[in-house]
Amino acid sequence: MAQLSKRHKALSVSPLKTSPTAGAALAFLGVHRSIPMLHGAQGCTAFAKVFFVRHFREPIPLQTTAMEQISAVMGADENVLEGLATLCEKSRPAVIGLLTTALSETEGTDIQRLVREFRAAYPQYAQTRVIAVNTPDYVGDFESGYALAVRAMIETLLEPRSPAAPARPRQADQVNVLVGASLTPGDVEELKALIEAFGLYPVVLPDLSTSLDGHLESSGHTPLTTGGTPVDAFAQLDQSIATLVIGASMDQAADQLKALSGVPDYRFPSLMGLSAVDTFLQCLAEISQRPVPPSLRRQRMQLEDAMLDAHFMLGMARIAIAADADLLHAFTRLLVDMGAEVVAAVAPARAPILEQTACAQIKIGDLQDLEQLARTHQAELLIGNSHAAASAQRLGIGLLRAGFPQYDILGGHQRTWIGYRGTRQTLFDLANLILAHDHHAIAPYRSIYAPTEDRCQVD
Amino acid sequence: MIAAKQISALLQEPACEHNEKSKSGCARPKPGASAGGCAFDGAQIALLPIVDVAHIVHGPIACAGNSWDNRGTRSSGPTLYRLGMTTDLSEQDVIMGRSEKRLFYAIKQAIEEQAPAAVFVYNTCVPALIGDDLEALCKSAEQHFGVPVVPVDAAGFYGSKNLGNRIAGEAMVKYVIGTREPDPIPEHAQRPGIVVHDLGLIGEYNIAGEFWQVLPLFDELGLRVLGSLSSDARFREVQTMHRSALNMVVCSKAMINVARKLQSRYGTPWFEGSFYGVADTSQALRDIAQRLDDADLVARTEALIAREEAQIHAALAPWRERLQGKRVLLYTGGVKSWSVISALQDLGMDVVATGTRKSTEEDKARIRELMGENTKMIEDGNPKALLGIVEEYRADILIAGGRNMYTALKARVPFLDFNQEREFGYAGYAGMLTLARQLALTLESPIWPQLRAKAPW
Repeated sequence: MAQLSKRHKALSVSPLKTSPTAGAALAFLGVHRSIPMLHGAQGCTAFAKVFFVRHFREPIPLQTTAMEQISAVMGADENVLEGLATLCEKSRPAVIGLLTTALSETEGTDIQRLVREFRAAYPQYAQTRVIAVNTPDYVGDFESGYALAVRAMIETLLEPRSPAAPARPRQADQVNVLVGASLTPGDVEELKALIEAFGLYPVVLPDLSTSLDGHLESSGHTPLTTGGTPVDAFAQLDQSIATLVIGASMDQAADQLKALSGVPDYRFPSLMGLSAVDTFLQCLAEISQRPVPPSLRRQRMQLEDAMLDAHFMLGMARIAIAADADLLHAFTRLLVDMGAEVVAAVAPARAPILEQTACAQIKIGDLQDLEQLARTHQAELLIGNSHAAASAQRLGIGLLRAGFPQYDILGGHQRTWIGYRGTRQTLFDLANLILAHDHHAIAPYRSIYAPTEDRCQVD
Repeated sequence: MIAAKQISALLQEPACEHNEKSKSGCARPKPGASAGGCAFDGAQIALLPIVDVAHIVHGPIACAGNSWDNRGTRSSGPTLYRLGMTTDLSEQDVIMGRSEKRLFYAIKQAIEEQAPAAVFVYNTCVPALIGDDLEALCKSAEQHFGVPVVPVDAAGFYGSKNLGNRIAGEAMVKYVIGTREPDPIPEHAQRPGIVVHDLGLIGEYNIAGEFWQVLPLFDELGLRVLGSLSSDARFREVQTMHRSALNMVVCSKAMINVARKLQSRYGTPWFEGSFYGVADTSQALRDIAQRLDDADLVARTEALIAREEAQIHAALAPWRERLQGKRVLLYTGGVKSWSVISALQDLGMDVVATGTRKSTEEDKARIRELMGENTKMIEDGNPKALLGIVEEYRADILIAGGRNMYTALKARVPFLDFNQEREFGYAGYAGMLTLARQLALTLESPIWPQLRAKAPW
């Protein structure tokens, strides 16, 4: 539905895009006892680390192969082997996510071969699974890098069975859940609660709700993730009765999971808004063969009421959004369902879902583009990350913070957008922001015949 | 890409005491066990506080996209430095060799849209590797557009953050300093009997605006900051730094090469000092006055110090009572290891151990002077080791960079951030009050007993 217009500028100003390498690192942060290692210069890791620390306000396990002048020119294979061995020796991780960067890709690294070499040279570290992913910074964005990492996890950890082997018995209550990059740890927590409400047991890939939800452990420091999907869970993916896929960015990972596990899947581009949540719960009811539980019926009634209240503020509201494709798509759908209009939309990179998004135009660009479009089309509200705060201020309109990074507020990472409950709160927040920046007030007018002293006071 | 020869020249900085040992410069980082930024990171930190410049990062998205607008440095005027700008190179740009062309048009766009005082172009790993000729391109863009365009060739893989600081300083010496004469002192700022002296500041970053707590004292004494690398700086000020009568290297060895080069090229004397703590702030002001050889200035400086010290000592008295005897584990780099010790001792606190990973032998000698011979000096501050020392030395608080914040917090240990990203300014006499307040705020917080207690069920 939407028409995409590509980047025309030489210079990106106020970038919206975050690198695919960072996205891939996030996916590995949702796996238990894991650590991502970026194959690049130290700065690649340092920047990504600070980026996540500021967003989550949590320690972030992230290492580097520390390429320097000599290895950048003469070859950095040794750095990879040494880095893997050092990590294994020091902290015995369950999983290492080995991610390439623009630097190592330009140099021409063969990362899969290096993993094989590592395996041959260090059999003592066979317990640690190493998953290599090609994520050059100059292709794609945060969301696509994350999806590539999840796909690589599935390919590496779910061993293909020979066709002759008998299919493993299915667990009648177990479902796989592939979660896209647009869901926060708070969203994943809500998603699990929705699934569990139908008596189903969700195996979530990756599970940020137990690793980056911001919790205080009783034990002290560990250099690895302290929560997330256990590695063993990957071996059980083929025993589930269904796979639920959240976010269109996960399509290729889902294809791969379906091919390797033989489990039928159900795909949902969004879980925001009444109809999107209805469709999802309908599916859960069918899979579990159970009715929708009373608590969720109640939540639906609450959302209906919120829609009544909020439609006065959101109807015909002119909204500008800058976000990665899945989030942009989900918000647009919610807003359009409320009678609002997305008058400015910017995504950092192309994605198939963008063409099916319910707005006229989507610009592949940066926050400078968003600000210009929002001004031209007189947007009344902005949706975007913390970097968009400066634009919102210049435009004199409100900002709903969503996506990465959110460094100027607490709790952005734990915000729940999805489900009936999350949608209800989103509607309240959107409506409140519109109310707080009301531009519809009629300018006062005083008759020319009114007493002058009084008129002066009005002026 | 700059030649290896130039890099090694920068690493063997003769004014840096690290190089008096046989193993010169900084050690190669260990893959899988490294922390800290790259040369590009260091270069950007050093120059970003030149606030009216368009800072363009030439590279793929990771370098700027993950890092723009994440520093605590503040400006009293232009905010151009806070706009992230990058060529955001695509795969096609890299493969087809189109990155130079994109950069040229990017410079054009920045000049047309933002009317900057100058454009700084930061090289990053990929253009360095594929051989973009940054220097030639910047030169031609400068001629074409009539705006200074300065190449800062500090790609990440050249080395550490520290090296990046030096490369950035080098670029300023090579392309910027000495390209303009200072403005005359404005009429309205002249005061009878006060001779105005011009100073240069090197390595002061105005974190959280902290230098604004010192600058009024400079004004009072008749000290004009001609240019600064780089604290709330303007391009036209940095251009005139060759005329400063004295340079102060503030609290960091990182750009010591600039001080040395300005001395050899223009004969400007320099000294090292710090504005952290009452004693060090007074010492810095005293050093400036004495080196400028102006008896009247020396007398006025002493009077100002006496007044300020009396004032701050009175203001700190109630805080000192609260902080007295509290045990601190300090883990910060370089000069800060000693300058912060003295600030904490001013508050009556007991520094039980300090990090010396980036300190020179001279720094260590000053630490011993301040803390005694048996001081615990921490070379390797990995999180586990730090927590071990907290326990062993019964420290009440960890003071460190933001990187170690969660090491402390997750172990339920009070923490104070003393690094680039912090939101509070601790410099100058007034900064001591902020420091005291922030220390008391975390040390005395009622959350600790609650977090250390078990749930009743």
